[in-house]
Amino acid sequence: MNKNVKTGVVWSFVALMLVFMYLPIIILIVFSFTDARALGVWSGFSVELYVDLFNNAQVMTALGNSLILAFVAAMLATLLGTAAAVGIFHMRKWKKHTANFVANITMENAEIVTGVAFMIFFLVVRLPNGWITLIIAHTMITVPYVILSVMPRLSQLNPNLYEAGLDLGASPMRSMFTVIVPQLIPGMISGFIMAFTLSLDDFIVSKFINGNVSTIPIYLYNALAKKGVDPTLRALSAVLFVAVLAVLIAMNIVSAKRRKKQLVL
Amino acid sequence: MAITAREKFDNIIEIKNVTKIFDGITAVDNVNLAVRRGEFVTLLGPSGCGKTTLLRMIAGFAMPTSGTIMLEKQDVTTVPPHLRPINTVFQKYALFPHINVYKNIAYGLKLKRVLTGEVDKKGNPIYRKLSKDEIDEKVKRVLKLVNLESYGHRDVTGLSGGQQQRVAIARAIVCEPKVLLLDEPLGALDLKMRKEMQLELAAMHKNIGITFIYVTHDQEEALTMSDKIVVMTDGAVQQYGTPKKIYDEPANAFVADFIGESNILSGVMKSDFLVEFCGTKFKCMDKGFGKDERVDLVVRPEDISIDGKKGALKGEVVSSVFKGTYYEMEILAEDYQFTVQNTVERAVGETVFLSIGPDGIHIMKKLKTVNEFDGVVSSENTVAFCGGEFEFVNFDGLEKGAEVRVKIPFDKVELTDDEKDGAIGANVTQTLYKGSYYQVQVYTDDDTDFFVDTVDEWDMGDRVGINIKPDDITVTLRERADEIAAEENTTEDSADER
Repeated sequence: MNKNVKTGVVWSFVALMLVFMYLPIIILIVFSFTDARALGVWSGFSVELYVDLFNNAQVMTALGNSLILAFVAAMLATLLGTAAAVGIFHMRKWKKHTANFVANITMENAEIVTGVAFMIFFLVVRLPNGWITLIIAHTMITVPYVILSVMPRLSQLNPNLYEAGLDLGASPMRSMFTVIVPQLIPGMISGFIMAFTLSLDDFIVSKFINGNVSTIPIYLYNALAKKGVDPTLRALSAVLFVAVLAVLIAMNIVSAKRRKKQLVL
Repeated sequence: MAITAREKFDNIIEIKNVTKIFDGITAVDNVNLAVRRGEFVTLLGPSGCGKTTLLRMIAGFAMPTSGTIMLEKQDVTTVPPHLRPINTVFQKYALFPHINVYKNIAYGLKLKRVLTGEVDKKGNPIYRKLSKDEIDEKVKRVLKLVNLESYGHRDVTGLSGGQQQRVAIARAIVCEPKVLLLDEPLGALDLKMRKEMQLELAAMHKNIGITFIYVTHDQEEALTMSDKIVVMTDGAVQQYGTPKKIYDEPANAFVADFIGESNILSGVMKSDFLVEFCGTKFKCMDKGFGKDERVDLVVRPEDISIDGKKGALKGEVVSSVFKGTYYEMEILAEDYQFTVQNTVERAVGETVFLSIGPDGIHIMKKLKTVNEFDGVVSSENTVAFCGGEFEFVNFDGLEKGAEVRVKIPFDKVELTDDEKDGAIGANVTQTLYKGSYYQVQVYTDDDTDFFVDTVDEWDMGDRVGINIKPDDITVTLRERADEIAAEENTTEDSADER
């Protein structure tokens, strides 16, 4: 194939991707700045929807709940996932494979199955649905992502680093926290951010176990089901999208800087 | 602090019958070793010989499967590494990348506890931390020692290999360990840097007076720096001695081959101080071997003199390479290709005479010359061992099913190119050139080692078949064989005592 044709094909593919993925979102954001009830009607620039949004107590509660839940679950997942990554990394042969497989189950499993499983499990152990169940479930479904982002850091480490700590007189615990953990922090941060965003937009699992705690995705779903397309949802979606996008861009800038620094060294 | 003569000559480390088995593989096999205080001891051997495993057991990172490790007469076999007064310089330095040079070096000092000289109510000594000023003073002093005075604030990842090496050494010696372990510390450096660091390390050892245990596979490095060398292979110590002793008087063919260039030949002791090889009798300096005992002998290339007219062996120059200060020539004489070093070059094809003085010949006991296996007589004239059946000449009228000891001399085993031509299959695991022939070690599918003396060259990993002529197999009833072996052992022991 001619080179020009090739680049042409590649670029048209990229363009199509962008159009189909991002056009709806862009339309949504554009129309969040007008107060027409029906989507697609431009009745002049207005921030009315945003004012409504931030005055809506239900939305604000849901947003607060979502942020608290995401923060707590991501914290727990980061601690658990880092510990698991260190443990799994030092296992051998079949034990390592088994542990890896078990750790990845919630990631590979269909979310709806995970959701139902959690619901039944909490029912059996008589744990009432609410904050506790949400935190447990969100932690469990985000742990594999933390493991995945910490593991590569571990395999890049000098294999004698931990032993060097012991050798200089640090107890095993101290060597782990003063020598190994500092090396893992970049992986832990990206794992935390991933867990945070995943928890923030989880709907399927949450829906089965949320009790009377409302989160943003659940509020959105309920609002749609009850009142149809509420125009303030356009503003809410826009805010969420921009917030997540900002986090992702920040993450990329940080890792690009770090890479550059390593190259200089 | 004055060191008394007694302290100076006592053993700081004693390793007693230490064996380490990983997943059924013996990495260290019953090693016994004593290291004197203040010595620079090198563990030398090819990769996989167990030297690093032995070092890790001294550091406490690995625990022996059996045996004990003593530090200053105290059993430390099960003491965890952070409680041993031993520090290590790791192969790839293992510096802490998140802190600067100064903090790397101070890491151990912050954890160190020193005696206050006081005791508590129960009479136990009281320890204290080092003060900030004490730490600062020690770090600055050691930075000066390794010539990195102005590098304290630097990031360790920004340093060159040689500088990182110095930081690693500084970090270890600042803790004032009783023993400093070094695991191939110069392996990652380029040649020039390595030579410099060798001298620096040796000088540092002299200055600070700490016992060094150094692991390397580089024989030159070992010879340059060490007070004593431990030559290891297959997890076992082959020889322990000064560099000179190991070079001049290698204990066996492996050591001779591993240390320096050497001609290793097979010979026969005719009497004390007289050995025959290459069809010629030579005077030598060794005695105490049996008459007509087969021995290995080593002749260093620089100990062979060349003359155009007369000498003990007549040979022809096969090749000659200029090595800077001398010529290294290959000279074929009596079917043996001698490596000879001389400052005078002889033309390729020229006929020359070689002579070797008595002090140029070092005689070594042949380790073994006969393969021994346990087998079972499987029919009137066949015996089964090593997973195969071989014909033999049944002099003793052994019955079917009899448990027997089978002996085959190394030079009577035939190797075949095609596995199918042999009675059993095997892989070549080691070959050692012995002058006129190769000693090949093969590993059978039945997990046993065969030694084969052959004139053919085989490559490591070659798949071969094994054949043995019926006449060359000696079969004895196992009970009888054990009795004979026991008798031989007692006579050998008494011979040693004499």
